[in-house]
Amino acid sequence: MRLAILMQLKSNEEKMITLKINGLEVRAEEGQTILEVAKFYGLEIPTLCYNEGLSHYGGCRLCLVEIGEEPKTKLVSSCTYPAEESLVVRTDTKRVIEARKMMIELMLSVAPNSKIIQDLASKFGVKQVRFKIRNEECILCGLCVRMCAEQMDGRAIGFQNRGYKRKISTPFDIRSEECRLCGGCIYICPACQLRCQGPQADTAVCNACLTMDPTCLDFYDDLQCWMYDAGRCGTCIREKPEKSKSKKQTQKSKQKEKNA
Amino acid sequence: MRKIKKIKTIKDLEQLIHSQVQARKSEKKPVLTVSAGTCGQARGSLQVIKSLEKAIKEENLEDKVKIKVTGCHGFCEAEPNIIVQPQNIFYQKVQPKDAKDITSQTIINNKVIDQLLFTDLATGKKVSNEKNIPFYKKQKRIILGDNTLIDPTDMNDYLSIGGYRSLIKALSGMTQEEIIETVKQSGLRGRGGAGFPTGYKWEFARKTKGDTKYIICNADEGDPGAYMDRSLLEGNPHRVLEGMIIGAYAIGAGEGYIYVRDEYPLAVEHISLAISQAEEMGLLGKNILGTNFNFELHITKGAGAFVCGEETALIASVEGRVGEPRQRPPFPAVKGLWGKPTNINNVETWANIPLIIEKGPQGLSRIGTNGSKGTKIFSLVGKINNTGLVEVPMGISLREIIFDIGGGIPGGKDFKAVQTGGPSGGCIPKEMLDLPVDYESLTKAGSIMGSGGMIVMDENTCMVDVAKYFLNFLRDESCGKCISCREGTQRMWEIVTDITEGKGSRGDLEFLEALAKTTRDASLCGLGQTAANPVLSTIRHFRDEYEAHIKDKKCPAGVCKELIQYSIIEENCTGCLACLKVCPQEAISGELKKVHVLDQSKCIKCAACYEACNFDAIKIE
Repeated sequence: MRLAILMQLKSNEEKMITLKINGLEVRAEEGQTILEVAKFYGLEIPTLCYNEGLSHYGGCRLCLVEIGEEPKTKLVSSCTYPAEESLVVRTDTKRVIEARKMMIELMLSVAPNSKIIQDLASKFGVKQVRFKIRNEECILCGLCVRMCAEQMDGRAIGFQNRGYKRKISTPFDIRSEECRLCGGCIYICPACQLRCQGPQADTAVCNACLTMDPTCLDFYDDLQCWMYDAGRCGTCIREKPEKSKSKKQTQKSKQKEKNA
Repeated sequence: MRKIKKIKTIKDLEQLIHSQVQARKSEKKPVLTVSAGTCGQARGSLQVIKSLEKAIKEENLEDKVKIKVTGCHGFCEAEPNIIVQPQNIFYQKVQPKDAKDITSQTIINNKVIDQLLFTDLATGKKVSNEKNIPFYKKQKRIILGDNTLIDPTDMNDYLSIGGYRSLIKALSGMTQEEIIETVKQSGLRGRGGAGFPTGYKWEFARKTKGDTKYIICNADEGDPGAYMDRSLLEGNPHRVLEGMIIGAYAIGAGEGYIYVRDEYPLAVEHISLAISQAEEMGLLGKNILGTNFNFELHITKGAGAFVCGEETALIASVEGRVGEPRQRPPFPAVKGLWGKPTNINNVETWANIPLIIEKGPQGLSRIGTNGSKGTKIFSLVGKINNTGLVEVPMGISLREIIFDIGGGIPGGKDFKAVQTGGPSGGCIPKEMLDLPVDYESLTKAGSIMGSGGMIVMDENTCMVDVAKYFLNFLRDESCGKCISCREGTQRMWEIVTDITEGKGSRGDLEFLEALAKTTRDASLCGLGQTAANPVLSTIRHFRDEYEAHIKDKKCPAGVCKELIQYSIIEENCTGCLACLKVCPQEAISGELKKVHVLDQSKCIKCAACYEACNFDAIKIE
């Protein structure tokens, strides 16, 4: 398998560039980011706002690496920085680790209940939060915004304001007509611990349960119900008992026919 | 308005400029030059103009004198001011009621009005000639100087001082490589803040392959207390245009944008007018002056976000997206506006180009230091006698700017620090007053050149409070993309606020430094990377002041309300009742000719008593 990839790489010889990560000379395709190259070679760089299926954002600053040679080095986010010819990259210098720990501490101070961030904190030895805790359960990593726009083609949510007033919301803080209640934003969020919190104020991002027509399948098992964690909303059973029953029956009969 | 004739060849433009220059030379009428930039208008220059017109009409002088409304003359403290040509008499703080005197005495009788003259604070003498005013004397106004000569709404006025000659020179006698080489040799560095060599920037954009290229003029000036770019756009828009047209020609750009703040209505008006005049004349559009060079210029109005001064955020804003920076590389010279090669320069940088082309690289490189050439415009504000825009040669010392040009600190107070480079800059203390002002020295001192804000502070300024002010600005203006900058500035502000409220504890300072350094290290763009400067530089130079706040819970400058206490010095109190009367809280009690008593529990520390007392009997500690 590895050999096959290397063979393929050889055929693209002219597009390849060489760079150094942690002293190791590595080859990369033009256009790859440092993070992608590092991953390919099995070098671990922690990430949070990065997702393979989404565009690169560079907001959480966890994937920082140090580039350049002494004394002119700087920290860049490896998920957005393109691999360049003869670039020198180091992923675990003291400067990187200190910055990374501070980022985790900052994130923890606004979303202390997030399992993902807690895990990161324990992994990197962040033992205390010296800031005042502000439980916002959002670190504005933008995963939900990109998920909505890029994977779901929804564009129902976005960033609002700037600086310390920045938040994620729907346009004009009212329920968005673009929202199809797919739940993609909730699925990908690393910080909302409770995920679904039931019906909320008009200004809330989700409020899927308030809709008259949820996107549930006609029949489903428990695992498919995306409100399972919070206690099923029950809309499907309450409103369309006949329908779901009849469909189930027809499918069953179809299967019987097939088997026969 | 008179229709402008379209000019089709370089020769025609040459002739037009020649005739305008001759017309200016042969003009013998006295001219009253009134400064009416935004600052002048705020001080009432429009009313002055109206009453001048009226006075001239009354005296039947309409054919014998001319009023010229110009942009800012730079001397804000003396606004609205009038320069009477040809004698070059400088009248300051002119009121509408003075109009009659000016026409009847100065114009008719050729007499100087003494009470309108500027008084030299050092000698106490009145100065009549503009050139002898200390504020102007030490300046080198190669860019800003034209502001006093021309009416920004009249294109012919710009032509009459030899404007657009550089364009002729560039289009007729120079190749594009030669222009770039000239700019490179001149040593011009970006005036927007970072100080990147302009010639090299142009070369990158020129060398990138592509049919469509753009240039952008960055006029998104957002620093508190800075207005250099505004004055240039208001007072001399054609100079910026000329620089941009030359730049577009050298880079090979067919289209350009001027990104200007919507908060600058007069600048927008003047630059729009200049663009339409240049279009009518044929200096913008297709086949400029008969060559095969095409160039169009548009205006984009920014909505006032500080972060949009950053190149990539600015590009996003021009494209109609949210103004958020993105990763560089790819640099705008490779992938900029709409994905095409783009070159962005600051207003002041563009305004330097005509000079360099006209006089050659030596025109700029003969001024300044080794690494920094030419002049830099600073807006000198804060606790200073002569507030205003100053254009000084690079390498001049801070002492010269503040004490010789700025006239020192008002009220005989002590100088404490000067803040350069706007919110992302740093504070430079008294001990470093002899520091030469150039890119390298300022960076070494923990500050930056920035776009040219220069805020002077006196002994009554608390440096912790200053850091708090700038952090408050930055936490609001951060775009909020990177957690390091958004949360970093917010948390730094929280810690500094705690310190100013007496809630600071041991270790705060070290923690603050660590957080500031991380914010600087981990952020994506220039805003985040410099956001720590106000904190780091004040800690570096004024650590004892922070420690006084944290350990002794005292504010040595007497600014931080939670840490100060007003009290009455018994020996000095004469019992005059002055403080008692002004106290809004009725916290002071007492009788006539008896020592007053201040009730601390009622005091809100508004300083009203301190200002009312004539016997220095109120103490702040």
